Amino acid sequence: MASDKKIQGTISKISGPLVVAKGMLGASMYDVVRVGEAGLVGEIIELRDDTASVQVYEETSGLKPGELVIGTNEPLSVELGPGLIEQFYDGIQRPLESIEAVANSPYITRGISVAAISRTAKWDFNPVMRQGAQVSAGDILGTVRETVLVEHRIMVPPKLKGRLKEIKKGSFTVEETVAVIVDEDDREHKITLLSRWPVRVPRPVAKRLPPELPLSTGQRVVDMFFPIARGGTACVPGPFGSGKTVIQHQLAKWADAEIVVYIGCGERGNEMTDVLLEFPELEDPRSGQPLMKRTVLIANTSNMPVAAREASIYTGITIAEYFRDMGYSVALMADSTSRWAEALREMSGRLEEMPGEEGYPAYLGTRMASFYERAGRTVCLGKDGREGAVSVIGAVSPPGGDLSEPVTQNTLRVCKVFWGLDAQLAYQRHFPAINWLSSYSLYADTLGEYWDNSYDGEWSEMRIQAMSLLEEEDQLKEIVRLVGIDALSKEERVTMETSKSLREDFLHQNSFHEIDTYASMDKQVKMMRNILTFHRLGMQALSRGATLRDLIGMPIREDIARMRYVEESGLAKLDELEGRIKEELSRLSASGGEEDVA
Amino acid sequence: MLPKEYSTISNLSGPLMVVEKISDVRYDELAEIRLANGERRRGKVLEISEERALVQVYEGSTGIDADETKVRFLGDVLTMPVAKSMLGRIFNGRGAPIDGGADIIPEDFLDVNGNPMNPYSRDYPSEFIQTGISTIDGMNPLVRGQKLPIFSGSGMPHNRIAAQIARQSTVISGHAAFAVVFAAMGITFEEASFFMEDFRKTGALEHTVMYINLADDPAIERIATPRLALTCAEYLAFEHDMHVLVILTDLTNYCEALREISAARKEVPGRRGYPGYLYTDLATMYERAGRLKGKAGSITQFPILTMPEDDKTHPIPDLTGYITEGQIILGRSLHRKGIYPPVDVMPSLSRLKDKGIGKDKTREDHADLMNQLFAAYSQGKEAKELAVILGESALSDEDKAFAKFADMFESTYVRQGEYENRTVEETLRLGWELLTVVPVKELKRVRDAYIEKYLQPLLAEKDEKLKKTVKA
Repeated sequence: MASDKKIQGTISKISGPLVVAKGMLGASMYDVVRVGEAGLVGEIIELRDDTASVQVYEETSGLKPGELVIGTNEPLSVELGPGLIEQFYDGIQRPLESIEAVANSPYITRGISVAAISRTAKWDFNPVMRQGAQVSAGDILGTVRETVLVEHRIMVPPKLKGRLKEIKKGSFTVEETVAVIVDEDDREHKITLLSRWPVRVPRPVAKRLPPELPLSTGQRVVDMFFPIARGGTACVPGPFGSGKTVIQHQLAKWADAEIVVYIGCGERGNEMTDVLLEFPELEDPRSGQPLMKRTVLIANTSNMPVAAREASIYTGITIAEYFRDMGYSVALMADSTSRWAEALREMSGRLEEMPGEEGYPAYLGTRMASFYERAGRTVCLGKDGREGAVSVIGAVSPPGGDLSEPVTQNTLRVCKVFWGLDAQLAYQRHFPAINWLSSYSLYADTLGEYWDNSYDGEWSEMRIQAMSLLEEEDQLKEIVRLVGIDALSKEERVTMETSKSLREDFLHQNSFHEIDTYASMDKQVKMMRNILTFHRLGMQALSRGATLRDLIGMPIREDIARMRYVEESGLAKLDELEGRIKEELSRLSASGGEEDVA
Repeated sequence: MLPKEYSTISNLSGPLMVVEKISDVRYDELAEIRLANGERRRGKVLEISEERALVQVYEGSTGIDADETKVRFLGDVLTMPVAKSMLGRIFNGRGAPIDGGADIIPEDFLDVNGNPMNPYSRDYPSEFIQTGISTIDGMNPLVRGQKLPIFSGSGMPHNRIAAQIARQSTVISGHAAFAVVFAAMGITFEEASFFMEDFRKTGALEHTVMYINLADDPAIERIATPRLALTCAEYLAFEHDMHVLVILTDLTNYCEALREISAARKEVPGRRGYPGYLYTDLATMYERAGRLKGKAGSITQFPILTMPEDDKTHPIPDLTGYITEGQIILGRSLHRKGIYPPVDVMPSLSRLKDKGIGKDKTREDHADLMNQLFAAYSQGKEAKELAVILGESALSDEDKAFAKFADMFESTYVRQGEYENRTVEETLRLGWELLTVVPVKELKRVRDAYIEKYLQPLLAEKDEKLKKTVKA
């Protein structure tokens, strides 16, 4: 192996986060280098003869030409092992808590080097394999209880195959050997709890599967209208103030994933602090445990070095893949991918590359596609054939809310779910401001089949009916705008009223209300059923002579409006409401014309 | 040993110059430029290779020649002296006193660029600031440590609003030292003297630090001005436990200066000629707002920017909106109607509102009431639009009620005097009073308990009055 060769060059030029170094012969693309006396972390992004262009992940002020650049012969990698969960990392996997301790300052100073995973913490390792067993890549050797919610599975590294010579039980630090595997060439490989993986290389899987199972999020407009599948990809583009971050936070809180990786990429510092303070307090609705016990946070806020922003996305997805390989369903939120693209643009500009659209590099599309392609539902390596999934939800911040810009367009090309945020809805404080007419989900049919099995075929039908009512409302509104509401027939008025109810009582959901913030699929189905039952029977009553005023003025409609506040433990109330709706409307139907006369 | 002096300036273009044959110069280092006439200027290294350094001159390159001008590199990044005695003083855009007073006696020297705050060390802003302006307190509440820009347009009274906020801001709970740091970038003398006079008149000047870069000062100096102000603010907030309100006006001028440098460097432009790193550059300023764990002080930012042609999608307001925690948008049509402050509440937003209001902070019903007012105002405006097309008679009774609400909202809730300081209780009561106009069953965003507690007494009062007038 060539890894013993020492590569040492000198700085010849500095321009912001870009450093050009001479004398770097022998270095490879994407190798990590240490720059200058302070030993700043950088990555080679271009090589020409012996000249390497390095993007530096820390502030470069104070560097001067002539300082040393030392190659490490290793690509940018993340550390994987017990201790990842509940951590709060920066873009290149340095724990921000340790940075604070080392810097002894609330500010991030330069050249700080801290281990991503604690070297001193001890973990109880429980072997599940016996000595002498034949093992191959991905087989689970043993487990470590990382948090109440996460059992960390220690796997045979990819590409390794052989006989388990030794396996221990007990308490170990991440660097101690817990097992020894002898491969076919009789070489011994020591297995520790800690492993490393280069961030720009996807981790291998046995097989990729089509996403067919739903990722429930507890958000009505998402689950019922534009659902996302486990292992699927979704994007949330919207102008500022339309609630992208709140949606991302909601999904991170309530999605029924086993592990959540949240990347704050070039966004606000306070938002990350919010997550950090809130998640340990919030309870997971399924396990009753704090949400933080299943979460990894990565923050590279807008004022932190630009190059590390580019790396943060890869750091995040590699950690997500690692947990997927253990057989978990992982959800990754990236807020926002536009800032990542801007970081690419900035580096590209400094490299003086020929710009593509709007100054973005020509390879923007392929970079984005290869990132989103790392999502998916998979059969993991290993004999047990366990399944894992990484679902990716990326926020996009189009300048001026204009969706025709390159980042949005490149994202739409690869994402299967599009939640289009609408500034107009946000102004009306209709949240989540997901536009029900322009958004789409390509998983709707597959997931419809899944839910139809649970709800007697009713689910897809209700979804389609609700969506067509809203579509109809949009056209009717046009008429009302032109000639006034009186031009509508009684039936059309009812359609308008039902759509209003769908919008205000179903799609609108208050993230800050203790009950409304999460709705199980059961609750969603019951709510939708009640709204549509009212519509159907209302139409019937009309045809039997009931007046519009009687129908619209029914006090039971207020109960429909308050369905959202029904607690998950008391969903029977919604069934009871359905009974009352049927009863009262059939009474109205029966008395129809008579009351009018009276 | 004195640093080496170079007289090897080879290239001058806009605010930039190239110095050749250098050695031992660092990236981002401060340079001192001595002109032939003895004048001294400062600059910083923007790019450096083995042979040459690209230097940006803060005071602009007018009068610099390639022949006699000398450059020294000072071995350090741009630092500034700070002291508590800066309070009450007025400085120019480069940090030199212009109020006739003596130089300050430094307690410390700080890097003007600052370091990024560690998100782990941040404390979440949650203390409500009462500005005395209903549209802010009631609808878009501000909290300590927030950055909330005012998006304005030419000819709108953003300066008067900023001065009013600086004058009236208090925190309901507890007392703490309060300071204002004011940075003017490229504003006119008239505007600058308005602020100075206003602060002087109301006695606010004592706890204010002002940095003034006027419209005719070198544009390039504007790059440093807000950073000086923020460094001073950080010092006061985190070393002297003060609650600092930073007003930056006008960010549009700052961005133009940035574009000028970028163009001089022949960089690939992003949207509308602004550099691709405008977002990052703005973030390094805006993100300096906040609170830190274990520190009593805070920095709250009020950047003001004028939107070219009132266009919110222009890169400056657009990128600002993506970084700041909301925005207060001034509406041209409200301004034309003579309403002060012309805050357009619909597109305005405070992202941290939910953390600063509610029980023990303002009042339990604040959030519900706010949502209801938004919904009702939006519905009222829609109804009014409809009435324009189809005539008043086409409206349903409900719509009429909402239209009336919208009018009353603008004329009593939004409108208030420049020296009228409303407490948050007054603002909340005003909100509930307005809601008496619309049918109770339409109030879907408020909990029944609050309707019972806050609205019913007002309704009863109204009934009482009505009866009396009928009797009379």
